[in-house]
Amino acid sequence: MGTQLDNAKSVFRLGLFREFPTLMHYRDFGGYQALAKALLGSPGAVIGEIGAAGLRGRGGAAFPAAAKLQMVRDNPPGERYVICNADEGEPGTFKDRFIMTHIPFQLLEGMTIAAYAVAAAQGFIYIRHEYPEAQETMRRAIAAARAAGLLGSDILGSGFSFDIEIFSGAGSYLCGEETALLSSIEGKKGRPRLKPPYPTQSGLWGKPTLINNVETLANIPPIVGRGADWYRALGTADSHGTKLISLSGDVASRGLYEVPFGTTFREIIDNYGGGIKQGRLKAVNIGGASGVVVPPWELDCPLEYSACSQRGITIGSGAVFVMDDSRSILENVRNRVDFFLHESCGKCTPCREGLRQAGRIIHNLLDGAATLADIDNLERYTRTMQNAAFCGLGQAAGNSLSSSLKYFRGEYEALCRDRDQAAPKEATA
Amino acid sequence: MTGTVKFHLNGQEVAVPAGLTILEAASLHGVKIPTLCHHPDQRVKANCRVCVVEVEGQKNLAASCATAVTAGMKVRTNSPRIRETVQTILELIFANHPQECLTCIRNGNCELRRLAADYGIREVKGEMACDALPLDTSTPSIVRNPNKCIKCGRCAEVCHHVQETGILYSHFRSVDVQVAPEYGKSLSDVACVLCGQCAAVCPVGAIHEKDDIARVWAALDDPAKHVVVQVAPAVRVSIAEEFGQQPGTIATGRLVAALRKLGFDRVFDTDFTADLTIMEEGHELLHRLKSGGALPLITSCSPGWVKYIEHSYPELLPHVSTCKSPQQMFGALAKTYYPDRAGIDPADIFVVSIMPCTAKKFESERPEMNSSGHRDVDAVLTTRELGRILKQAGVDFAALQDSDFDDPLGISTGAAAIFGVTGGVMEAALRTVYEVVTGQELESVEFTAVRGLQGIKEATVDLAGAPVKVAVAHGLGNARRIMNLLRAGLADYTFIEIMCCPGGCIGGGGQPYGTTDAVRRQRIEAAYRVDAGLALRKSHQNPAVAKLYEEFLRQPLSEVSHHLLHTKYRNRSLYKLKG
Repeated sequence: MGTQLDNAKSVFRLGLFREFPTLMHYRDFGGYQALAKALLGSPGAVIGEIGAAGLRGRGGAAFPAAAKLQMVRDNPPGERYVICNADEGEPGTFKDRFIMTHIPFQLLEGMTIAAYAVAAAQGFIYIRHEYPEAQETMRRAIAAARAAGLLGSDILGSGFSFDIEIFSGAGSYLCGEETALLSSIEGKKGRPRLKPPYPTQSGLWGKPTLINNVETLANIPPIVGRGADWYRALGTADSHGTKLISLSGDVASRGLYEVPFGTTFREIIDNYGGGIKQGRLKAVNIGGASGVVVPPWELDCPLEYSACSQRGITIGSGAVFVMDDSRSILENVRNRVDFFLHESCGKCTPCREGLRQAGRIIHNLLDGAATLADIDNLERYTRTMQNAAFCGLGQAAGNSLSSSLKYFRGEYEALCRDRDQAAPKEATA
Repeated sequence: MTGTVKFHLNGQEVAVPAGLTILEAASLHGVKIPTLCHHPDQRVKANCRVCVVEVEGQKNLAASCATAVTAGMKVRTNSPRIRETVQTILELIFANHPQECLTCIRNGNCELRRLAADYGIREVKGEMACDALPLDTSTPSIVRNPNKCIKCGRCAEVCHHVQETGILYSHFRSVDVQVAPEYGKSLSDVACVLCGQCAAVCPVGAIHEKDDIARVWAALDDPAKHVVVQVAPAVRVSIAEEFGQQPGTIATGRLVAALRKLGFDRVFDTDFTADLTIMEEGHELLHRLKSGGALPLITSCSPGWVKYIEHSYPELLPHVSTCKSPQQMFGALAKTYYPDRAGIDPADIFVVSIMPCTAKKFESERPEMNSSGHRDVDAVLTTRELGRILKQAGVDFAALQDSDFDDPLGISTGAAAIFGVTGGVMEAALRTVYEVVTGQELESVEFTAVRGLQGIKEATVDLAGAPVKVAVAHGLGNARRIMNLLRAGLADYTFIEIMCCPGGCIGGGGQPYGTTDAVRRQRIEAAYRVDAGLALRKSHQNPAVAKLYEEFLRQPLSEVSHHLLHTKYRNRSLYKLKG
């Protein structure tokens, strides 16, 4: 992981050390002090601190973390679960793998604090099948934490008991959708469920369940340990803390970077990524396959929830894929549509059939067999997916298409058989 | 939830009972929202997305079938955005749907085609991409055409959550999704009971009854054949729906007239053998009570149920009555007693059944159903097929004059009239068993405790000082619960009636499309009206049955009866364990 933050301003500073992540090492640098602090206080105080820090979900939806904790906590007494969503399937995203393989105890500590906050006794980490190293590291970390009394019964002599199991996914992208993930753990087909009821109310095996992304949970120990004020100071007035950015594509230095909110995407590419490797910057794909493709002139947008939302940019998982001018937008779109077509669960019509037709149009375009009318249809299918798909993933599959149609329609039209008849376009930006 | 909720529907404030979905609330106010995967008796699936509406404040459209109305909610059901979305979704479905509407069995009653008409779909702008999967014609009852499947999941829902048989479910993902039996097997290779509930809820032509109309025409057109027909009790209260009339219309007389117009040589009534079944089964119960046979005794009229217990609870088969179903008893008599009296060669007789049921087709083909030396029943048409064959013959059903069934196999009592209703066989049996055991006349013939759509019904009847506990279950999910109790030794019943389909045969898999609980109630009510309108309401009062015993069978459970009217079952367990 690269960073320009000094230790005092980093949420993931322990990830900078390259040694094997032992529990002793983690504790030497202050690890598990946050848990000790949390257990001395009330669960309400933990939720209050996370709320004051303004932590929002890092998986993509950016839902306020404290509100979710409170919803689970507010259920009538009974069994509850904490689930860590480590099904990091979004193409170009590798932040959760980093946390699990480099600072596994920060995740375990965060989960344990969250479990204390919602009074859960059992947790699961749903790790994608493609991450065998992460599964292995987390398994060893869990065993070490158990042996040290940091997991299991009566943690740190507090009377609070909590344990964690690893659950391996089978490789479906869709199982990153929280309700599909629940079905997968329950042994059912990984298809999304109707919401409401939300998992906070009726989750795993019908019990109230807290589901958070790896990065979200790993943010909790620094927040609880160092306090909400420290955390808020890291970002902007709108978005607090830092975000892990998976930077890939045609930049000089690809990698994972911890970036404070407020940094512009141009700064991420130039300052963290060392700028474009060769040629000129053509487009940037923000938020993974389900995110948007934007042209260079949108890159002065700061990494900030409200600013991005206003400009139709999805921060999503924090993947930033940079394309230079040797890249074809249509080939990039084809890869993404093929990906979604392969990963759609097939449950709802807009996603299943919309992607089938969208895929055919994209392939026809690249084969020189499409017409301008096909582009109009493609736009209609895209809108239908966004408007009417069953789950967030089906809706987001439309996002990737709509942004490329918005910014790069010229590239689509240039591939059409009847391109001569395209309406003359005003020059953009 | 109680009380009412006010919300805005297309700009107008309206009040609806609390706890409704937008779809339900809109329909109360005359706004019809299109649906495909929705079925009023099923859980919400929200797969098809054609019911989307705009809810103010929500970025995306909401599936109205899955969204509860809340106070002050502002809903639009018609806007350019909604119309574009619904039309696009329909087009997307059509692009994956064979354009065989003219030759499809659902031509005229396809829900998808109706929506295409309503939404003015004039062309499919997408590229046609139909599947080319093999048809499943492996069973005598059901044909599955996976290429026409729109993946709405209604069939799987009824298979899993009503029948709890779990035969059909969704396989694979993305465009490869199929709703099918396990591992690409055909319906004949799995524990499917062929109840046809899947076919009854399919909105399109993806799963339907096997059409036997051509075989019936061939028999009717053959001058050498003496073709007789029997009609199940549940058909007379549903056939009128095939001609646009209200559910619950009693059409017995017109039904008989219509069958005469088709050219059947004799029009008989399965109600006759329903009465006979009560005589045989009632005496079987009394015999088991006396001789210490396996109790509780369980009814055997419903072929889907019989196949289910053969697959799933074979160790409990000794509890099942050995009586053939009324359909098969009729067939056996139609090839023995009837030709004997009428002076016809039984080899020339062709027996057609009109049944509300797809499993009856399977039952008629069971190898053991030939005790007369011939096939007991030669062809079975469902109510839906009857509707179609009558249309082919140009029969104007509404204009028919009532006609009566032929003698002697057309005479029946009110007890038989309710045979197709959950609880009806039990009630009919109790009417007879009570009088046989007590020797007294039953004052009130109506056993209301066993009536109604409750899944499992129990009653205790006093038989000459001995309380007898009975149970009634309909739908295989409920049957399963009773069987589990029985297997665990927790069922202290003496007699159990089980019907495979929800509501009994009136809700059978071969009944007119559009069967819902509301429709079931109307058909049930009609069957009870038929019963109440008859002078004779107890099976043992049937004079034709009495004559049959006198002339032919001698007495219930006689040797002739055993040979012709009783049958055997087999262990069809697919998961045989060692030992």
